[in-house]
Amino acid sequence: MKKEALKIETYCMVKNNRIVVDGHLVFEDQDAVGLKAFAKTAYRHLKPSYNKFFKMDEISKLAFVAAEFLLKDVNLEKYKSEELSVVLSNSESTIVTDKNHQQSISDKDNFFPSPSVFVYTLPNIMIGEISIRHNMKGDNAFFIVENFNADLIANHINNLFLTNKSSAFIGGWVNYSDDKYEAFLYLASESGSILHNASEIEKIFKINH
Amino acid sequence: MVYFKSDNIISSLGFSTKETFSSIFNGDIGIRQVEDSSIYHEPFPASMIDLNRLNSEFEILANKYSNTKEYTKLEKMLLLSIEEALRKSGVNIKSKRTGIIISTTKGNIDLLETNNFPKDRVMLWKLGDVISDFFDNPNKAIIISNACISGVLAINTAAMYINSGRFDNMIVTGADIVSRFVVSGFMSFLSLSPTACKPFDKTRDGLSLGEAAATLILSNKRENNEHNIVHRGGASANDANHISGPSRTGEGSFIAIDKAIKESGLNYNEIDHISAHGTATPFNDEMESIAIHRHGMDKVPVNSIKGYLGHTLGAAGVVETAILLEEMRRNTMIATEGYNEHGVTNDINVLSKNTSQNLNTCLKMASGFGGSNAAMIVSKSSK
Repeated sequence: MKKEALKIETYCMVKNNRIVVDGHLVFEDQDAVGLKAFAKTAYRHLKPSYNKFFKMDEISKLAFVAAEFLLKDVNLEKYKSEELSVVLSNSESTIVTDKNHQQSISDKDNFFPSPSVFVYTLPNIMIGEISIRHNMKGDNAFFIVENFNADLIANHINNLFLTNKSSAFIGGWVNYSDDKYEAFLYLASESGSILHNASEIEKIFKINH
Repeated sequence: MVYFKSDNIISSLGFSTKETFSSIFNGDIGIRQVEDSSIYHEPFPASMIDLNRLNSEFEILANKYSNTKEYTKLEKMLLLSIEEALRKSGVNIKSKRTGIIISTTKGNIDLLETNNFPKDRVMLWKLGDVISDFFDNPNKAIIISNACISGVLAINTAAMYINSGRFDNMIVTGADIVSRFVVSGFMSFLSLSPTACKPFDKTRDGLSLGEAAATLILSNKRENNEHNIVHRGGASANDANHISGPSRTGEGSFIAIDKAIKESGLNYNEIDHISAHGTATPFNDEMESIAIHRHGMDKVPVNSIKGYLGHTLGAAGVVETAILLEEMRRNTMIATEGYNEHGVTNDINVLSKNTSQNLNTCLKMASGFGGSNAAMIVSKSSK
């Protein structure tokens, strides 16, 4: 069966207290200080009523909000859940939550590690949170790279598509360190007009950067 | 075709696949009571690398490469593991056509505590640079950090890179260490067993941690020997259910196995043996038994080697695949250490003793936090 090439159906960039979808500013809150506050007002804007959101660490909130805005007007129900994959990347892994956990164990006399913090010290938990929310049961991969690498993500997703593993994919980059955050997610499928390849992804990433 | 060319394991039971395999085969258990207050304030069972041996073997390696730089414990494990696998493979690591994938959950996370290195050394991308630079590999190392499926995912990804023609050879290397960070975290989860873990056993009460590094070298060129084993298929899947507990229906694991078998073009009745994840937590082993049962593979001999080496996290998939390949070469399956009385609902065939059997096609399973699951099919290649 001859397949269509994968396309970029829609994309979303979250940074500097702004959320841009397909090049259009869809939400902004310049009063929010820090990722935690911004993720909360962005979440409230969409009113998803999803209590698990409040248990997440900051970077998972960032990934969650980016996926909410990305998929706001997308119907994923036309796909089987096992055909929906998530492939993400970043450079800092979960460093902010790692430091929180480290702080809770560094002093023997003030030792209070928490399972609800520790579980978030794995970057693929972001994939888990998005997968639970949108019922995506396809392939997963979390890559760590120094800088956003469109080729790495595009190549992995195209390989999964060409080997018939999945039909639609969330790909991108969700990064958070002490002073800055950034999420760039896109949906790749057979719909859409932009070809899914490294140079197109790079172009979109740079314009919105 | 993607061929497994050579492999290595650096573990508590040996510094090569053969040494580790022989120890396991003889029933040696690498998990022991660790008393190290820098890691945890109470004794805990874990499978630890012999630090003196690591340092002395690394010194020989560093001299060989005239390298006088400082390396962390984890880096030494990875470098030694790659070197030993490389030596047997004939693969040129300096070639543009040779890629490196590193599988780890937390890398140099112990540097968060005391860091005598530049600050960025704790970052996983930096680990990639350190490894590539040591061997003068011209490509950026690819880092996969996907909880406990990282290893199997890295091997599947490496196979995709070779199949798609991007690389001719892939060096897949995985490592994690037993650190204060990880031990305290699992302790807070109450998921560590007070004794060596007991996969699939009725009295299993949690996992044991272990540290290890392992390397597999994959290539598009076959070896000229009788032991050609090829990667036939692989996939991952998410439970889409819970971030820290496996699906009660084995959903993600079921899907991953299904996709891996479809890709292999083989049938379920051609699977001779399953190397399970088998962490010995009550939920994981139950979940895996459900996934195996749902695929009608109740009769297929299953084992878990975590009773010998503990759960080596990001290294686990690579370590266990290296052991699986050795099982296939020897047509001998390893007993599931710690398994005495059947303790999962489904009547799957868990191996309680070392067993000889022709092994042509095998399945490797893995599952982890974040609802992640992975599966891989390997076969002996027809001449």
